[in-house]
Amino acid sequence: MARKLMKGCEAIAEAAVRAGCRFFAGYPITPQNEIPEYFARRLPEVGGVFVQGESEVASVNMVYGAAAAGTRSMTSSSSPGIALKSEGISYCAAARIPMVYANISRGGPGVGAIQPAQQDYFQATKASGNGGFEMLVLAPSTVQEAVDLTYAAFDYADRDRNPVLLLADGVIGTMMEPVELPPMKTDEEVAAIKASKSGWACIGHKLDYANRSWIAPGQWDTAIMQKQNEEAAAVYASWKKDLQVEEYQIEDAEVVIAAYGICARIGKSVVDICRAAGKKVGLIRPITVHPFPYSSFDKINYDVCKAVLDVEMSIPAQLVQDVELGVKGRCPIETCLCSGGNIMSREAVLEAVDAILAK
Amino acid sequence: METNLCVAGFGGQGVMSLGKFLAQATCDSTDKNVTFFPSYGAEQRGGTANCFVVISDGLIGAPLGDVMDDLIVMNGPSLAKFLPTLKQGGTLFINSSIVDEKEVTRSDVKLVKAPVTEMALEMGNAKVLNVIMLGVYVGYTEVVPPDVVWDTIEHKLGSKPKLLPLNKQAFEKGLEIGRSQK
Amino acid sequence: MEKIYSRTLTIQENKVSGFCPGCMHSTVIKLIGEAIDELGVIDKSVAITGIGCCGLHMDYIAYDNITAPHGRACAVATGIKRTSPDSLVFTYQGDGDFASIGLAESVSAANRGENFTVIFINNGIYGMTGGQMAPTTLLGMKATTAPKGRNAEEHGYPMHVCELLDQLTAPHYLERVSCNTPQNVIKTKNAIKKAFKYQLEGKGFSLVEIVTSCPTNWGLDPLDALDFIEQKMLPEYPLGVVRDKK
Repeated sequence: MARKLMKGCEAIAEAAVRAGCRFFAGYPITPQNEIPEYFARRLPEVGGVFVQGESEVASVNMVYGAAAAGTRSMTSSSSPGIALKSEGISYCAAARIPMVYANISRGGPGVGAIQPAQQDYFQATKASGNGGFEMLVLAPSTVQEAVDLTYAAFDYADRDRNPVLLLADGVIGTMMEPVELPPMKTDEEVAAIKASKSGWACIGHKLDYANRSWIAPGQWDTAIMQKQNEEAAAVYASWKKDLQVEEYQIEDAEVVIAAYGICARIGKSVVDICRAAGKKVGLIRPITVHPFPYSSFDKINYDVCKAVLDVEMSIPAQLVQDVELGVKGRCPIETCLCSGGNIMSREAVLEAVDAILAK
Repeated sequence: METNLCVAGFGGQGVMSLGKFLAQATCDSTDKNVTFFPSYGAEQRGGTANCFVVISDGLIGAPLGDVMDDLIVMNGPSLAKFLPTLKQGGTLFINSSIVDEKEVTRSDVKLVKAPVTEMALEMGNAKVLNVIMLGVYVGYTEVVPPDVVWDTIEHKLGSKPKLLPLNKQAFEKGLEIGRSQK
Repeated sequence: MEKIYSRTLTIQENKVSGFCPGCMHSTVIKLIGEAIDELGVIDKSVAITGIGCCGLHMDYIAYDNITAPHGRACAVATGIKRTSPDSLVFTYQGDGDFASIGLAESVSAANRGENFTVIFINNGIYGMTGGQMAPTTLLGMKATTAPKGRNAEEHGYPMHVCELLDQLTAPHYLERVSCNTPQNVIKTKNAIKKAFKYQLEGKGFSLVEIVTSCPTNWGLDPLDALDFIEQKMLPEYPLGVVRDKK
């Protein structure tokens, strides 16, 4: 297949269109403006609808409506804007509405920095809104992976009737890289997906008191509400089969780098550089950061591993807490960190690896 | 084999286009991996702009390295900021119209000079300075075949055919300068 | 014998109103049901329900319903109507929902001329949460968060939603009605029906503001509340068509 040089944000948008996304609402914020701009050009070409919302809050609720009406729908933003969307995401999760959203994350907290960061890890993986719901959270480390995960995200969302979050950092969003795009779903396929939801979609139904569409992000009856929570929990528990992780040269590694997204990509190149120099270094790269691939850390040979090196663009470190749960005290954990819009330096990771090896 | 290039200058000097042309040509006409990463200030106009292009036979790790193989600087402030990132024996390309050669404080790097601002003005369009510099870079490094790069420029300018002869001339002048300084 | 009246089909069977005595939500919900029945559009009707007492609406109806986050009904309606343009889409929102927390979504949807209908309940107070001040609370009217009564210096003035939206170019139809007398109830039904018809004709944004009572939080019995509407609410919120582009 021919490869095409695309910016991460635009590639994500095109992958969504190819997956059958026909509604997008969003609000400008750097560094993800190319996503709404791309949809604004592209969706009318395929009979879809783009709306520039008056805010992130409005945009996510437009998506809540469009997805509740059965259309594959998406929104995107960057860190402060994602915070604003959390109410709407929680409603989608509560009402079991399938939708996809992307966080092209930047420095924080507050308005933070417009440059890339990984400071939304806890928000993305632990609590993207009130009420303790969970989502599949997918973290690409290349533009190609951003494309593939976005395409798959719509299937996951529909399968589970749940939001799916693409957690990409500003590097993945703004860099250009050659990609191979997935096949475009035909109009018939897109229509069939929408039709498959018409039973529960909020679009109007024949008079039937028992079986009208009732999209309920809450219940007056606490027993029903608990049952709704239990049903959702059962779906979350089923995600073990969806775990995606890259385990790279960890069997004999004396240092194992743990990183996701852009840091994992930099970490992998550090592994290659080290291996070429005869240093035994490996990498564990969660692709699904929720659920988290804790069991990958059981594959480390703790007889030879001197430390796991947590590499992330967040100060204080966040990923490290999941790494600790995976390592379970079997070796020390060191960190190599930057944040606030500064991009992880390969030299810094190399130095951190060497420091551990020298111990 | 991996080449890390940084292109830096003022906003408006076509720094991003230069990098993108190179990345596009690499994507379209080679089997190599390539990344393009832009870095802007918050301003829409003016300010500083720089981008990183990595071209590699293998998988690319960092789309922006700490150590550059090649550095193109289009203005004085960018020289001061990025010269320390150039590796020993790396190649520095300067817009010698406005970057003072005396400011190049390192003797462990190769220097390629091209007065692209003056040349562009002489050609009647200040905007083509980036295409001249792209020619200089490709002529000197041959990281991608020049005809492939020209095809990319031609394709990108497809909607403005009037600009093609000027850009062709700019690119070829750049190639000449690049080749002559090898 | 000719049948001249029957149960409203789009109201759930065997439901007893859980609204407070004298509350007009049940009246308005019945009028919406009658309008849908008479227009024969049950199979395409979708309500977007706000948060607050208006949220109780969903328990009584037989058409599709989605509950929006507080204030966001007009954004949710935008998403549904844009992707399901054949549906009859309307929001059901109180004054806190539409005119306080949701003002940005409300005004923006009206300004875009979205082709859906807003049924806006104005009773000048927050009901479900217990009598707090609304943007529509009258000057001097007591609220649990304005215990000495609303005063202009501290709280500003009652917000006139129809007149506010009348500043925009896009809205097609804006009318203020009430349910305090049998005549006004009939006018309310006609206004709802007209707004729905406009939507079905693709005319764009319409809003029906219904001045209602909240005897519980006004501290009045239901009959006195009717007098309060007549004597206090309607002078502040005059009834009538504010805009009708026809």
